[in-house]
Amino acid sequence: MWDAVINGVSGLGAGFVHMHWSNPVMIVVGCFLLFLGIKKDVEPMLLVPIGFGAILVNIPIADLMGNDGFLRTIYDMGVSNELFPLLIFIGIGAMTDFGPLLENPKIFLLGAAGQCGIFLTIGLALFFGFPQLDAVAIGVIGACDGPTAIYVTSRYAPHLLGAVSVAAYSYMSLVPVIQPPIMRLLTTEKERNIDMNAVNKSYKPASKNARMAFPLVITIIGGMIAPQGLPLLATIMLGNLMRESGVVGRLTKASENEIANVVTLFLGISIGATMDGEKFLTGQTLMILAFGFIAICLDTVCGVLFAKLMNVMTGGKINPLIGAAGISAYPMAARVVQREGQRHNKQNFLLMHAVGANTGGQAGSVMAAAIMLSVLKGMGIIP
Amino acid sequence: MDNWTFGWTMIIVGMGGTMATLGFFAILMGVLKRIFPVKEEK
Repeated sequence: MWDAVINGVSGLGAGFVHMHWSNPVMIVVGCFLLFLGIKKDVEPMLLVPIGFGAILVNIPIADLMGNDGFLRTIYDMGVSNELFPLLIFIGIGAMTDFGPLLENPKIFLLGAAGQCGIFLTIGLALFFGFPQLDAVAIGVIGACDGPTAIYVTSRYAPHLLGAVSVAAYSYMSLVPVIQPPIMRLLTTEKERNIDMNAVNKSYKPASKNARMAFPLVITIIGGMIAPQGLPLLATIMLGNLMRESGVVGRLTKASENEIANVVTLFLGISIGATMDGEKFLTGQTLMILAFGFIAICLDTVCGVLFAKLMNVMTGGKINPLIGAAGISAYPMAARVVQREGQRHNKQNFLLMHAVGANTGGQAGSVMAAAIMLSVLKGMGIIP
Repeated sequence: MDNWTFGWTMIIVGMGGTMATLGFFAILMGVLKRIFPVKEEK
């Protein structure tokens, strides 16, 4: 009987006995993510479940990411088959108003320029010796778009999912810190003072029919151009069509609230579950975080420079600051532009233009990922 | 395929393709607005 008691007692505290040095470090990292989410309000919807998932997966023996672990079940249910990011995209589409973009379609080009960081960072990651598909996953942090980054990474570089997702969401929330110095550095006082209020009057609003046709046309034409990315494009546009049609209010509400919330919880906790210390604590993770930062800086640089070019071509009608909003961090990037504009000219209201560029950035990030996947397919890199 | 070729292809075709596609979308949106103009309320 004593043997049984001793064996029983040895089962208690087994987690401490089997702890790897990386586990407590990752538990601290998980707590730090929780701190950022709860105390600093940094993307709490994502960082709280990610942080908790990171803690759970680093408790030894429990093996929650093992074949029968509940985190593995959630992961297999929607991350490994890319379902969760797509469901979130329906919600994003349902929440996004493309009206300001439709009012001034030229601004769509800023949404394209804001994606240049993706491709430049791929080149940089390759230069530093990352394998090709890993470089693609790292570059996609520059989409500034969590679901897109998760979709691409879970499909082609699942071993990088934790690092890429944490980088994508952390930097997205740091946009108000990262962008303003770059915007000030690349623009002159005169350019920052360009008043776009007068330009507002020349824009014509889009009719309800045009708003409804927009998601349909983009899905069909975009899908034809880049079929590999059709799931991304189709889901965001389906959400938007439901919103604009106005006839499926319950579905629209469910997509932007209940479905998005439940999926965000599952997505967050399963991303956290990929942060097993033994695999996560490597020099590679630090490099991915650094490249993610560079990608978002490059997005901003390219966006602002392209807006400067548009300003020259339109005879001084475009305030180059709005180029910084051509990324997918919605509506944060637009707010940053508005704030920067008003720092220099209290009468300058750039918000609507920046929101247009920002929604262009949302569609642009999805389209950039779709094009990237189709180019990869065309080159025979992916099946 | 070597990294050099892969990287440059991604930059040229990927970045160029994104710019061209979104530029095309911008034109399409202009066309959509013409096909479906805002009707003045009576």
